[in-house]
Amino acid sequence: MSDRTQDEVRRMLETPHPPVPADLGTRAAERGARLLRRRVLARRLLWLLLALVAVAFAVWAALEQPWVVPPSEIAPPLEGW
Amino acid sequence: MRERQAIRHRRRAREFEAFVAGAAGRLLHASTLLTAEPADDNPRARRLLTAALARTYADWDRLRGEDPYDRTRQELAARFARGAWHYRQHGGGVLERLTPQERLVLVLRLYEGVAEEQTAAQLGLPAERVRAICTRATAAMRSGPRAPAGPVRKVATP
Repeated sequence: MSDRTQDEVRRMLETPHPPVPADLGTRAAERGARLLRRRVLARRLLWLLLALVAVAFAVWAALEQPWVVPPSEIAPPLEGW
Repeated sequence: MRERQAIRHRRRAREFEAFVAGAAGRLLHASTLLTAEPADDNPRARRLLTAALARTYADWDRLRGEDPYDRTRQELAARFARGAWHYRQHGGGVLERLTPQERLVLVLRLYEGVAEEQTAAQLGLPAERVRAICTRATAAMRSGPRAPAGPVRKVATP
């Protein structure tokens, strides 16, 4: 495709610009702010969930104490009687 | 903390407003070319641009030196590509004879001057395909009658 052809089409695309509505930027900013708020809220909820999981795990570990070796169920051999 | 947030919010709003004042004209024109609507009646182009700009606003603090114009154009193209089937019905405009994909490639390549590789990466197509679409669209633009405002009349040429 030659440059001349491209230039020709480029000129066809350079039609007069449509008028920009006065409130376009304001509306976009409002919508963007809403998007931002929703994002912040989602992040907070995620952190809250993480904290809850951590607390739940800590409570479970404190009650259950899974690191303690369970008492042996096998009786030692009886000797010396 | 609250005060710092308020200051950042105000600064973002101010910078964004200045950006829109400078870039909206060109972006709206590109958007109107994409949706193939007449310049004076382009509700879909406005909606498309408002949505893309809203995303730019939300990402404003995380641009880190990236050009907001590039970011908005990218979002505009992505949104248009996702909803391309909405724009099948032609309403007018210079590019009404082209398919949505041809319009997208033509606007990015020729109107916006985005490099071929970059266009290909943005649209998720191989570069050769982008070149082929561009060539086809350009040929279609030149062969067809130049659509004036109003009904298109076929003029027989000797």
